Amino acid sequence: MFIDFPLGHTAGKAGDKAGQRRIMIDTLSALDSIQVPGTIRALPYRWADTDDWKDSVMRPDGAGHHNDDRTSREAEPQYEREADRLAAEADGCPGCFFPES
Amino acid sequence: MADSVSEPIDYIERTRAQYEALGYPPYRWVVNEDVPPFTPLAKPLAECTVALIASGGIYRLGQKAFHFRDDVSFRAIDVDTPPAELRISHFAYDTRDARTDVNVVFPYQTLKDLARLGRIGALSQLAYTFMGGIYSARRVREALAPALANRLIRDEVDVSIMVPA
Repeated sequence: MFIDFPLGHTAGKAGDKAGQRRIMIDTLSALDSIQVPGTIRALPYRWADTDDWKDSVMRPDGAGHHNDDRTSREAEPQYEREADRLAAEADGCPGCFFPES
Repeated sequence: MADSVSEPIDYIERTRAQYEALGYPPYRWVVNEDVPPFTPLAKPLAECTVALIASGGIYRLGQKAFHFRDDVSFRAIDVDTPPAELRISHFAYDTRDARTDVNVVFPYQTLKDLARLGRIGALSQLAYTFMGGIYSARRVREALAPALANRLIRDEVDVSIMVPA
């Protein structure tokens, strides 16, 4: 299923419980209806009345500069909050899996 | 000015242009030539146990966060975990809304509601999460994917929903 929303909103808009539910119902229904492997369906929902939000995604800014919005690729755990680090060190990471490769 | 017809963003073209402008080597896209295997549902959704897998970098308080260099580790998250104990670490999308309402990338409460309403049989007790910004397709194919598949078999789920971020 494809949804034409900004990255980070694959399952709906924040706080929009009804919209999130519709997206998931439509997605689940594809399990019943899709019969051909590799089929891609587009969900009918729009992020906003206009597509203006798309103009700045991975595009040069007003000064013509390309910017990389991603943060640097650190090799250490990147905790959302500092307190999370202490909790993880105390708990020994239950439910964590580190497959070999 | 936006087009009057709603067209999806061409991320491939924009990535090419951005990488070139930033002086990065061209991004090498994964091309999968094989037709994906296909298994139709064997029973109605209302009788299926559904597992949730999400790649938005969700972890639970008490678990290690993801790192940003081809981290192929994953987390099991009990779907009874309150949202206040869920966290996000991911380097490649705007996580602000996900940190406000985790269901936008990890729709576990949405799916629990659908189980209560009888749309699905049940939501599997353990959801699985990882940080999808992994540049090694080989490590996903050879390490992460088989390990996740083994967990789903062990959990005896009928189907899984995979939610990217």
